[in-house]
Amino acid sequence: MSSEKPQGRILIWFLPALTGLVRRGLAGWAILIGSAIVAVVGVITVVSPWISPYDPIAINVGPILSPPSFEFPLGTNHLGQDMLSRVYSGGAIMFQVAILSVIVCLVVGVPVGLYASYAGGHIDQLASFVMDSIYAFPGLVLAIAIAAMLGPGVVNMALSIAVVYVPSYFRIIRSQVLTIKELPYVEAARMMGAKGSAILLSYILPNVIASIAAIATINFADAVLTAAGLTFVGLGLPVSTPNWGWDLTYGRQLLTSGAWWVITFPGLMVVLLALGFTLMGEGLSELLNPRLQK
Amino acid sequence: MTLRSYVVARLLLTIPMVMLLLTLVFLVVRVLPGDPASLHFEKQVDPQMLMEFKRMLGLDKPIEVQYLDYLAGLLKGDFGKSMQDFSPVSQQIFSAFPATLELAIFSMIIMILVGVVLGAQASRSYNSLQDHSIRVFGIAAYAIPVFFLGEVMIMVFAIYFHLFPAGDRFYAGVTPMGLTLGDLHLETGLYTVDSILEGNPSKLVMSLRYLFLPSLTLGTVLSGIFIRLTRANMLETLQLDFVTAARARGLRERTVVYGYALRNALLPILTMMGLRFAALLGGAVLTETIFSWPGLGRYLVDRISFRDYTAIQGVVVFFGLLVAMVSLAVDTLYAYLDPRIRY
Repeated sequence: MSSEKPQGRILIWFLPALTGLVRRGLAGWAILIGSAIVAVVGVITVVSPWISPYDPIAINVGPILSPPSFEFPLGTNHLGQDMLSRVYSGGAIMFQVAILSVIVCLVVGVPVGLYASYAGGHIDQLASFVMDSIYAFPGLVLAIAIAAMLGPGVVNMALSIAVVYVPSYFRIIRSQVLTIKELPYVEAARMMGAKGSAILLSYILPNVIASIAAIATINFADAVLTAAGLTFVGLGLPVSTPNWGWDLTYGRQLLTSGAWWVITFPGLMVVLLALGFTLMGEGLSELLNPRLQK
Repeated sequence: MTLRSYVVARLLLTIPMVMLLLTLVFLVVRVLPGDPASLHFEKQVDPQMLMEFKRMLGLDKPIEVQYLDYLAGLLKGDFGKSMQDFSPVSQQIFSAFPATLELAIFSMIIMILVGVVLGAQASRSYNSLQDHSIRVFGIAAYAIPVFFLGEVMIMVFAIYFHLFPAGDRFYAGVTPMGLTLGDLHLETGLYTVDSILEGNPSKLVMSLRYLFLPSLTLGTVLSGIFIRLTRANMLETLQLDFVTAARARGLRERTVVYGYALRNALLPILTMMGLRFAALLGGAVLTETIFSWPGLGRYLVDRISFRDYTAIQGVVVFFGLLVAMVSLAVDTLYAYLDPRIRY
């Protein structure tokens, strides 16, 4: 495949960073393993059109509910669809929703968090109150309520997940900015006549980026789980799109027939992807917060 | 600030918080296309009939009037009428709530048991294989979608081994009746409690059997954070002087860990319980759906397909109030347990 060569180059470019990670102990390993899992799932998803033995949404490509066999390594579902092809391609939706929701969170949460906590006063109080109210509420319930109103679709799912996670970004950024903005170097910049926007963007932001990265990876994991959950309660995409969430939804009805393979493999893929992101996030936050590193 | 004024201030702050959530949901519901009236009929419907139906639901009024009407109703404790079956939403919420509460209580017990025991165990065997496996389990538990774990539980324990029922809350028609003494009738809606009140051990066993898989599922998924918290706290506590002193007195290691250290590591766990209550309710929605558990979560999911605005708003308001109350209760309890904390 043509994508192999640039990948190799990227790997060489990253190699010093990778060995640096391993020297950081368990947290480094967690980041490494997590990224590897995410990368593998990502590559499978991207190349799925070429490696899937069958069309993932074509029905009756094999017998109905056939257990894993040589011809259908992960079995077939009640529509005679090939589960292996569905497992390969079912992640596309998860990635789209997760990436989009993280982008929305970054675009909304980061500026609001930076500005409100730097400005302080009433703006900060109001923003904190709004964010805390949303944060305190059961996230999934809110996501379900909003997704129900917005109707199905990748963008709508991502939006409803973003509403729930923007407060997490806000809180993390705020807690950091409150400390950073009192530090001498920021004070010095202010004395030298730097404008507020310059202080925020070139003095404060670079020091919060690492925490934002940590929360974003956790956000990825949560977005994957929430996207699967939204699909599960019937707020996902039409059946015509291969999606692990869907396989888990109708697999529920097939459990009594003993067809374990219909839910097991898509479910494990969701777990794997969420686990990859969680490991990355855990590792990152442990590196950033050495106090917790035990 | 005295504890009492703190509680009053917190209670007052609940109102704008719930208002904010309600307004958010209220607006999103109405700004977007599709409404319960058009969903009520088939594709072709006489526009006049549709208009009449909207008037009946109050959907013909301007949005700000609808909003004020709804708020006025809420102040009187009236959650409005369901737009799907026209019965009072508050009644539906209260009849579904005990099921959710019972599931939440038992899941919380499992969550704490698994979290605290595994966390304490991990801290005892710091940096060993056992410690690492427990930590990996904690992270993995977080990454499992609760409904997938539920499906696996059903598959293994209900369908393969026939140990537990695959769903529902009880046999229909023989639900526990609670206590009746002359005119006095006491019924909580919590089937375990009602079975005890009725004095019927077989019903108690049965309700526990139905509860087992859903609470195990939800409790396990949520236990991850408690494992980590207990472990971190215990590692810190185990280094303190009083633990060394207890060891020096020759107490058994188990007594030192569980009797001395764990007790002191429990306070932050209590705070975390309050914080995780919201996640518990969210997880309960999916758990109820997978196990056909007739609680509030399933009510919400059922009503979504009908765009039952009032029902969805009602559940959001109710959950908001519930979360606020629980976090207030936990904070107050915290102040009571740790005399150093003053508000």
